[in-house]
Amino acid sequence: MAKIVKLISKNCGNIKPGSVEDYVKAGGYAGLRKAMKMEPLEIIEEVKKSNLMGRGGAAYPTGKKWEQAYANQSKPEYVVCNGDEGEPGTFKDRLILSQDPLRLIEGMTIAAYVFKIKEGYIYVRGEYLDLQDTIDSAIKNAVKANYLGDNILGSGFSFNIQVVWGAGAYVCGENTALLESIEGKSGRPRKKPPFLTQVGLHQAPTLLQNVETYSNISYIVEHGGEEYQSYGTEFSGGTKLVCLSGNVVNRGVYEIPFGTPIKEIIYEIGGGIPDGRKLKFVQLGGSSGACFTEEKLDTPMCYKSLRDNGLKLGSGALLVVDDSSCVIDFVKCITEFFIHESCGKCTPCREGNTRIYEILDKFSEGKAKKEDIDELNKISKIMKNASFCGLGQAATTALNDCLRYMKDEFLEHIEGHCRAGVCSMSGKEK
Amino acid sequence: MSGTPLSMQVSSIIEKYNGSKERLIQILLELQKASGQNYLSEDCLKEVSKKLDITLGKVFEVATFYAMFNSEAKGKYVIEVCKSAPCHVTGSKSVSKMLEDALKIKMGETTPDNLFTLQYSSCFGGCDISPAVKIDEKVYGNLTAEKINEIIDMYRGK
Repeated sequence: MAKIVKLISKNCGNIKPGSVEDYVKAGGYAGLRKAMKMEPLEIIEEVKKSNLMGRGGAAYPTGKKWEQAYANQSKPEYVVCNGDEGEPGTFKDRLILSQDPLRLIEGMTIAAYVFKIKEGYIYVRGEYLDLQDTIDSAIKNAVKANYLGDNILGSGFSFNIQVVWGAGAYVCGENTALLESIEGKSGRPRKKPPFLTQVGLHQAPTLLQNVETYSNISYIVEHGGEEYQSYGTEFSGGTKLVCLSGNVVNRGVYEIPFGTPIKEIIYEIGGGIPDGRKLKFVQLGGSSGACFTEEKLDTPMCYKSLRDNGLKLGSGALLVVDDSSCVIDFVKCITEFFIHESCGKCTPCREGNTRIYEILDKFSEGKAKKEDIDELNKISKIMKNASFCGLGQAATTALNDCLRYMKDEFLEHIEGHCRAGVCSMSGKEK
Repeated sequence: MSGTPLSMQVSSIIEKYNGSKERLIQILLELQKASGQNYLSEDCLKEVSKKLDITLGKVFEVATFYAMFNSEAKGKYVIEVCKSAPCHVTGSKSVSKMLEDALKIKMGETTPDNLFTLQYSSCFGGCDISPAVKIDEKVYGNLTAEKINEIIDMYRGK
């Protein structure tokens, strides 16, 4: 039976967001208080033991990142939080930012304490500007209560946080593009290496993590890495905020222990598919994520099991699509998103998405030929291999998967038939 | 301080950010909001360029890179219909149609009274209440024709 646990989401909906009094009453800041009695390396050791992976999508082990940054001759000078969740179907960072922003702030403060960093930035997507007052007041309250600002809790350690707003650019979720944006520029990704822990914001070493990642830190420090780890599996420590959306009864954000099969998330927590419809496929990790059908639903949500099945957890978005959707129409929607969000810096991504859309359009008009499938595969391969950043490299993931698992529907469209009745087939010769 | 109203407005917002070039995006966000027409005029960008000492080309680059910045005047309220996948599979197309019918304009257009502009948007995180629209900073979801009419009437009455 699927269960929901509440390690980092327990305050959501239960306290006044941003109120230090409420947060402390609910056990908040115990992590920071404990951290301040620990050596930096001890804290890093707990994070390593927790098996926490970066929750933004790349899943890089957080403890390892911290250990490497700590070993560098020049230690990070900035703590940056990526709150630019732009992957369609992802709204988990929004939950933390709107309901329990102090948990994020505490996590960032612990990270800053480890590296003796004085300045922090929270970069939030402009689409969430309605949360401005909540986040600003959380910071103000934390400073007032001396959990942030100068000489925190009399420790001699000082740390300040600034909030920077994005203005609508999916690509800024890419860490180097995000830093460009904080610097007031267009959010075009930088070349890597150098990595951010060497050259980041203002050309200085920078520690950058996702909202959810930082939000796990206080729990890990307070309760120990081993306890956190024990909620998950051998390969994936702790819990994950999963965002259920699409054609499913109970849409929302749920904190789920790693190891829970995807099927249980959809049918037990999510309540299954509404209106007596049937599941067609699932997309995991947002628009750049993999699509798969029924046969992979038993896969446990765990980084390793997913990888073994050719899937990736990504941001934790779980989009459920029922049989009223047409697969071509769906991939067109995804492609349209990437046409809009491509920054235009490199040719494979800028041109590739547009060409793919044109070809898909032929399918929905009933004008496609078998060779068009080869052409789709060819362009997709070029984009995957030659795009400058992850955006272009992953833009055709959904297309590839749909071609793999639902090729029948592509072939039917060549014959002039759309089983969902969505495509116009207007160009089909009678 | 002297100058045109626009010049004074730009100055005061830049001052709020201590004249920091790095805060260009934040400054533009505030200026767009203050414009009353949800856009950044060419004159406004020229003022910003002059006062922040950033080349006009760079200011234009930023103002055209980010989707939230508009280079043409919009209605007082910009209604954005999400067309990303989670909204798409739960009926965002019919929401666009219902809004077009209710406002008697097409997507991308502004009503003749300059009250509403209708446009598409990428995901803004309203997936748990899809299909969703965003009006300025507020998100409305689980939309039906009836609910859409109620929302529009509410804004008309504002």
